[in-house]
Amino acid sequence: MSKTLNLKLKIWRQSGPHAQGAFLEVDANDIPEDASFLEMLDIVNERLIADDVEPITFGHDCREGICGTCGVMINGQAHGPEKATTTCQLHMRKFNDGDQIVVEPWKATSFPVLKDLMVDRRAFDRIVEAGGYISAPTGTAPDANEIPIPKEVADSSMDAAACIGCGACVAACPNSAAQLFTSAKLHHLNVLPQGQPERWRRTEAMVETMEDFFGSCTNHGECHEACPKEISLDFIAFMNRDYVRAKITNRSLASQ
Amino acid sequence: MVTLDAKIPDGPVQDKWDNHKFSVKLVNPANKRKFDVIVVGTGLAGASAAASLAELGYNVKVFTFHDSPRRAHSIAAQGGINGAKNYRNDGDSVYRLFYDTVKGGDYRSREANVYRLAQVSVDIIDQCAAQGVPFAREYGGLLANRSFGGAQVSRTFYARGQTGQQLLLGAYQALAGQIAAGKVTLYNRSDVLDIVTKDGAARGIVVRDMLTGQVHAHSAHAVVLATGGYGNVYYLSTNAMASNVTAAWRAHRKGALFANPCYSQIHPTCIPASDEFQSKLTLMSESLRNDGRIWVPRDHDETRAVADIPEDDRYYYLEEKYPAFGNLVPRDVASRNAKTVVDEGRGVGPLKNGVYLDFAAAIARDGEQAVRERYGNLFQMYERITGEDPYSVPMRIYPAIHYTMGGLWVDYNLMTTVPGLYALGEANFSDHGANRLGASALMQGLADGYFVLPYTIGDYLAPKLGEAALSTDDPAFTDAIQAVDNRTRRWTSKKGGTHGVEYYHRELGKIVWEYCGMARNEAGLEKALSEIPALREEFRKNVKVLGTPDGINTMLEKVNRVDDFMEFAELKARDALHRAESCGGHFREESQTEEGEALRDDEHFAYVGAWEWNGDDQAQTLHKEALNFENVALTQRSYK
Repeated sequence: MSKTLNLKLKIWRQSGPHAQGAFLEVDANDIPEDASFLEMLDIVNERLIADDVEPITFGHDCREGICGTCGVMINGQAHGPEKATTTCQLHMRKFNDGDQIVVEPWKATSFPVLKDLMVDRRAFDRIVEAGGYISAPTGTAPDANEIPIPKEVADSSMDAAACIGCGACVAACPNSAAQLFTSAKLHHLNVLPQGQPERWRRTEAMVETMEDFFGSCTNHGECHEACPKEISLDFIAFMNRDYVRAKITNRSLASQ
Repeated sequence: MVTLDAKIPDGPVQDKWDNHKFSVKLVNPANKRKFDVIVVGTGLAGASAAASLAELGYNVKVFTFHDSPRRAHSIAAQGGINGAKNYRNDGDSVYRLFYDTVKGGDYRSREANVYRLAQVSVDIIDQCAAQGVPFAREYGGLLANRSFGGAQVSRTFYARGQTGQQLLLGAYQALAGQIAAGKVTLYNRSDVLDIVTKDGAARGIVVRDMLTGQVHAHSAHAVVLATGGYGNVYYLSTNAMASNVTAAWRAHRKGALFANPCYSQIHPTCIPASDEFQSKLTLMSESLRNDGRIWVPRDHDETRAVADIPEDDRYYYLEEKYPAFGNLVPRDVASRNAKTVVDEGRGVGPLKNGVYLDFAAAIARDGEQAVRERYGNLFQMYERITGEDPYSVPMRIYPAIHYTMGGLWVDYNLMTTVPGLYALGEANFSDHGANRLGASALMQGLADGYFVLPYTIGDYLAPKLGEAALSTDDPAFTDAIQAVDNRTRRWTSKKGGTHGVEYYHRELGKIVWEYCGMARNEAGLEKALSEIPALREEFRKNVKVLGTPDGINTMLEKVNRVDDFMEFAELKARDALHRAESCGGHFREESQTEEGEALRDDEHFAYVGAWEWNGDDQAQTLHKEALNFENVALTQRSYK
């Protein structure tokens, strides 16, 4: 049996999207330090259920740090204190016995709270639907090796494509901006040869959809600090450059 | 009375799919918009099917219980996807991939399906590259490959350790394009709780809106289930927390035969459990076995630190027993051998519940940087979970439930025994036999969704031109809505209760793992068959579900799923009991070779066991689809 911790939790509870929320203060004693943060919440929930209290609702699924479903503010930090780590991969050995831990949902107007710690992130899907794809209907593809892609380009695309869409970037941003997410989606496709035909259309549409939902970027860099996949701020610069070019290119295309 | 007709086309195996594509009925491009198709699930199979059907012109409604289609558990697949491209010039071919898959499946899969899978594997790689999946590349810009558990050629394509994520994003993005185009309607946070049939055919589904709790119905000309596997019947598995058997099980109760439920795959390279509270097990890609060496101390009472154990005192049991394949033996062989050494008391780690996977040799040979480039994210994940650095101490691994080869019985068209109801990906049974080869799950999910269903669904729909989908006002729908609503409300209206849902799920998992896990025997399975119904009865009587059904209620979502697992587990044990042979992931202790390897009984068990639901109070009836091997000779697998 591993070492255990006694913790004092302050957890946000809110029964529905329009309900008034409040903090629940609860002692979480005898938490094994090998437990993940979500397993700690599981243990707390089992104890609440034993006391006939409805368990705390939080988003989670794969618990391997890849699906992007989980994510809460832990002591004011998106996904908590460990760098490059999702909430499900954060383990209790990162905390000390006696710590107070404040747990809140992502705080952003575009991610409304659904219940307790669970939020609605559909705005991200709207951004992708605006153009975050390469139109290649099934069956139309040429042989995969017909289009060589320099390794550096494929690697750079992959660096951006590693985004898990958890929303920590938005939650960490004082402006609730979604530049890091959107730029990662754009960079993934915009650097690839396959992504060129729709590049300018994609960039304009996705950036403008992003602006419909989210705040503006003022270069704080908090998004990158919070990102569990360490998505680079450089992608935002690429996106801004591409957006300017897209505005010019698309205008000249439109005038033809 | 159901008769199983697999509808395997005539002709040599190489020509079956081409002949079939020519002989199936087509729906004229202008008429496709007159058909509605429901797709349940947005993993690789569901998202690729939904996108491809919409591209063809069908009206598609797609359902997921996630907040976004991109979160389906396909996203967690790490290692890669097979494709018989032979880019490495190392002797690969469609035929070899076919042969390896049939052999790897321990001769319990359908040859025709497997051959088709191998054929379309090459198209999948093309399709994904065209979508912008950032596959690993060589410096010359061409695609890189790696070899993968059980294969002697390098045919696995990969995107770092996140191949599933990248393939799913490709399919999700294709789906997003079709949503934007208005050809797909997405219903997220929607739990599919029943399949609606009328006159024996599938007509639609009953869905609970997980935000409002409202139960409503959707109607269509055909229903496609791409709802994944049943690994969570074990409670602890590498599946995501919400992965469940519900849609498939509800289909089974409506007449779809369930095939080979006893087959489940144990993945050899997972992180051992650390305590009782553990909610799930984490898989480390088995690509790690390419460079990691598996060993345990020879001495059961070894107390020295790892670095102080000399080579001679290390038991590299796979390399010693299987010199040709070594650490790359198939998953079932690797898993059972790990169990053997741990059961012998040679296990490592604080609970002595693991074996070492050691990268010291690879780091010495290729340098730490090269190892970091190949497995960096996996090493990082391991360190986060265990607090140990695998660059300096060997990883500890142990097998865990990972994939389920059984599933809804489907014919060559991927249609279940319910007309108009299809099952794709892990939800069906057809391609992996009794054991799945590494990097073949992604391949099969995408094969079914991109390249099989879009061809075969037309054969069912074409004659229905002009028929409207059944109105959701029809009693078939209203009755089903009422039944689902009653079932759901029953849980919360019940007062009292002793334990929450987790408790019962955990108890169920213990039974299934103990008696129907890595090794099974008659006495144990009999025991499971008496314990599962008893637990189910107690669960139904005493489970505590708090809150209201009218809104988000995670306990309620889970209780329905566990309820279905409770029924499913019994069928799984019954299937395992009836199959008195060992094959692939199904190891019956009564049926093994002198060396302790799985011993098949082809004379009596070379068939698919498909079970028919007979109602709540009666055991299912077994139907058999004989497996005919015209191309691959049945041999005892040997990886020596």
